[in-house]
Amino acid sequence: MAIKITMPALSPTMEKGTLAKWLVKEGDSIESGDVIAEIETDKATMEVESVDEGIIAKIIVAEGTDDVPVGELIAIVAEEGEDPKDIDVDSAPEPEKADDKGAEDDRKAKIPESPKEDPDEQDAGFAGAVVSSENLQDPEIPEGTKMVKLTVREALRDAMAEEMRKDGDVFVMGEEVAEYQGAYKVTQGLLDEFGADRVIDTPITEHGFAGLGAGAAFAGLKPVIEFMTFNFAMQAIDHIINSAAKTRYMSGGLVSCPIVFRGPNGAASRVGAQHSQNYASWYANVPGLKVIAPYDAADCKGLLKAAIQDPNPVVFLENELMYGESFEVPELEDYVLPIGKARIFREGADVTIVSYSITVGEALKAADKLAEEGISAEVIDLRTIRPLDIDTVIESVKKTNRCVIAEEGWPQCSVASDVSAQLMEKAFDWLDAPVTRVNSADVPLPYANNLEKAAVVGADDIVKAAKAVCYAD
Amino acid sequence: MTTKKTTKKSTASSRRRNSGPTLYDASNDELVELYTQMLTIRRFEEKAGQMYGMGLIGGFCHLYIGQEAVVVGIQTALKDGDSVITGYREHGHMIAAGADPKGVMAELTGRSGGCSRGKGGSMHMFDPERGFYGGHGIVGAQVSLGTGLGFAAKYRKSDNVSVAYFGDGAANQGQVYESFNMARIWNLPVIYIIENNQYAMGTSVSRSSSQIELHRRGESFKIPGKQVDGMNVLEVRAAMDEAVAHCRKGEGPFILEMKTYRYRGHSMSDPAKYRSKEEVQKMRAEHDAIDQVKQRILDADIMDEAALKDLDKEIKAKIADAATFATDSPEPELSELYTDVLA
Repeated sequence: MAIKITMPALSPTMEKGTLAKWLVKEGDSIESGDVIAEIETDKATMEVESVDEGIIAKIIVAEGTDDVPVGELIAIVAEEGEDPKDIDVDSAPEPEKADDKGAEDDRKAKIPESPKEDPDEQDAGFAGAVVSSENLQDPEIPEGTKMVKLTVREALRDAMAEEMRKDGDVFVMGEEVAEYQGAYKVTQGLLDEFGADRVIDTPITEHGFAGLGAGAAFAGLKPVIEFMTFNFAMQAIDHIINSAAKTRYMSGGLVSCPIVFRGPNGAASRVGAQHSQNYASWYANVPGLKVIAPYDAADCKGLLKAAIQDPNPVVFLENELMYGESFEVPELEDYVLPIGKARIFREGADVTIVSYSITVGEALKAADKLAEEGISAEVIDLRTIRPLDIDTVIESVKKTNRCVIAEEGWPQCSVASDVSAQLMEKAFDWLDAPVTRVNSADVPLPYANNLEKAAVVGADDIVKAAKAVCYAD
Repeated sequence: MTTKKTTKKSTASSRRRNSGPTLYDASNDELVELYTQMLTIRRFEEKAGQMYGMGLIGGFCHLYIGQEAVVVGIQTALKDGDSVITGYREHGHMIAAGADPKGVMAELTGRSGGCSRGKGGSMHMFDPERGFYGGHGIVGAQVSLGTGLGFAAKYRKSDNVSVAYFGDGAANQGQVYESFNMARIWNLPVIYIIENNQYAMGTSVSRSSSQIELHRRGESFKIPGKQVDGMNVLEVRAAMDEAVAHCRKGEGPFILEMKTYRYRGHSMSDPAKYRSKEEVQKMRAEHDAIDQVKQRILDADIMDEAALKDLDKEIKAKIADAATFATDSPEPELSELYTDVLA
């Protein structure tokens, strides 16, 4: 029976990769443990070992092929006793799939596609409004600016590199940021350009290096402290809050702490409860901190530059699942966005959907689905969680009179809870329906694929809530 | 103040006496200066204790009485650009760094004239212009922060050092060892001063520490350490000179364990039932840091009893002024509530 070799997943979030090189050719005998190919992802190059013994009967995907999806057939191996020539590619058995995630992973944020139909031809829909599915250009980007496509990962790296070129006091410190080029490759290339004095690998010592960074910031340096993920920053949270956030106040303004704590936050994919928590509401609770949680690459670049320039301690929450996503980024010499300003991502008339970070992608998908049903949703990306731009939300609610807040994170004491409370206090008379929170399930994030999907916020959850506040069901 | 024979010597060298510990060879002027600083801190703390009793100072108030030789010996070995950081028992460190006792006392009373304009309190005082970075209330936090101050000195390619003080209690915090490790990997110019006053609140070192020789706590990080009689300001200063020279040469961190003693409780509300009155009395009578220097001044005939009495009066008057300032200074304006949160 011939054996099918398929494109392997090399990380929990990998969906496709480049088959860089075959180290075997058709007719070669292989044993289990032999390295047969090299695969590149945007994060790393990895060797693929054979788990089977036999003869390479057919190489299906040639070396140098890009974007090979995980699970795609790449080669066929003849088992002992089989003649490789006799093997019929089509009749070889289907490989067993250990995991059905991958290209079809529907929680993965995507740039919402343009509407298939002309919005003007669609049903005028709910409340008689014209339903638009066009994303708005960020008003911060000057008209006519040339845009380039960058991944979130590249945008973050560029932001750090640009600030490091301008200001010798800026340095990057964290686990695997230098020689390894970043655990998630966000700091790729920085060591080469800036050297080991400014791009510093630490021991696995979150508490210690967060405190060291805060102390260096007291002395006037501008550290960018990378946590491999924010889950590990719980080890360091005393320094983020007690040392970085409070010292200016306690010193009557004498001591500043211009520091950025950054890294991936929130659920990744199939990494279980201890590696999958959203800390936005924790840090947003603390006066003396600024908290930023951007969605797309342009905002990542503009806001990380702003964070590094800011004289205050900033917690900058990224999302691992977004690192590989590409977006249009303005090609400007110094693209810096204001901290504390939400962005109206899409205009709408019937319901306001407020979100931030990865869930903005789900909110935009939800808006598309709602548009199909004639409901016009306005999508607001908070971008900064502290200070919170509640005014933009209130202005939107004055127009739509309904609000859904979508947040990948636990419901109790969440950012959604706070937005909801503020709307009740400040926009009560404008509301035609209860403000509704759409949060992750109130459980530690489960590992099983189906349970994990059920726990996090997806577009359908947002659609359901939006229709409920529109009394559309 | 009158001093005699002040021309004896003024170079900062050290010498060894009868193969005992190395003592700093202080000039007459220096000896009087060390005495004045230590006595200023003691009188300040005595006044603070009194004002606490009168209800003028709130919250926690940790007095430094008994430990004065440590901070004075350390601070006098530093130069401009060096930085200092410590925990919550830091009134003496502020004064030794050169801060005006008025601002320190007014911070204790929570007044607008306080060094943090009344927003920090006893445990949170700062004077970055004089290199003093607090004043931190979380036990052990200052060790990582102080390592960062040393990192900044090295990053800027200066020969400045950072001094991170912590107690025998903080010596058992994990981040101390995370900091030791990083400081040694990167050879940061950090001098770790362990003020071993023998009680972490009410828990003695022998009850809390598997290795009670705290200067050896850096051994597995290859950091040299030295135990010092922290009640003898000249021994403190000599050891500090050695540590500073080591750091300024770029040879990495150094640990000094100061064997010292606090006469008062952990804080004002501590009745100190964990040790005997006799133990405290013995330290005061036989090892008091200020008495030791006073005796040297008398023995060397630098000042006589009358002159020393005058000096004490002068210091008491200065502290009384600070207390008056701290009592008269108004509370902060209510508008101060929302200032200094962000830049």
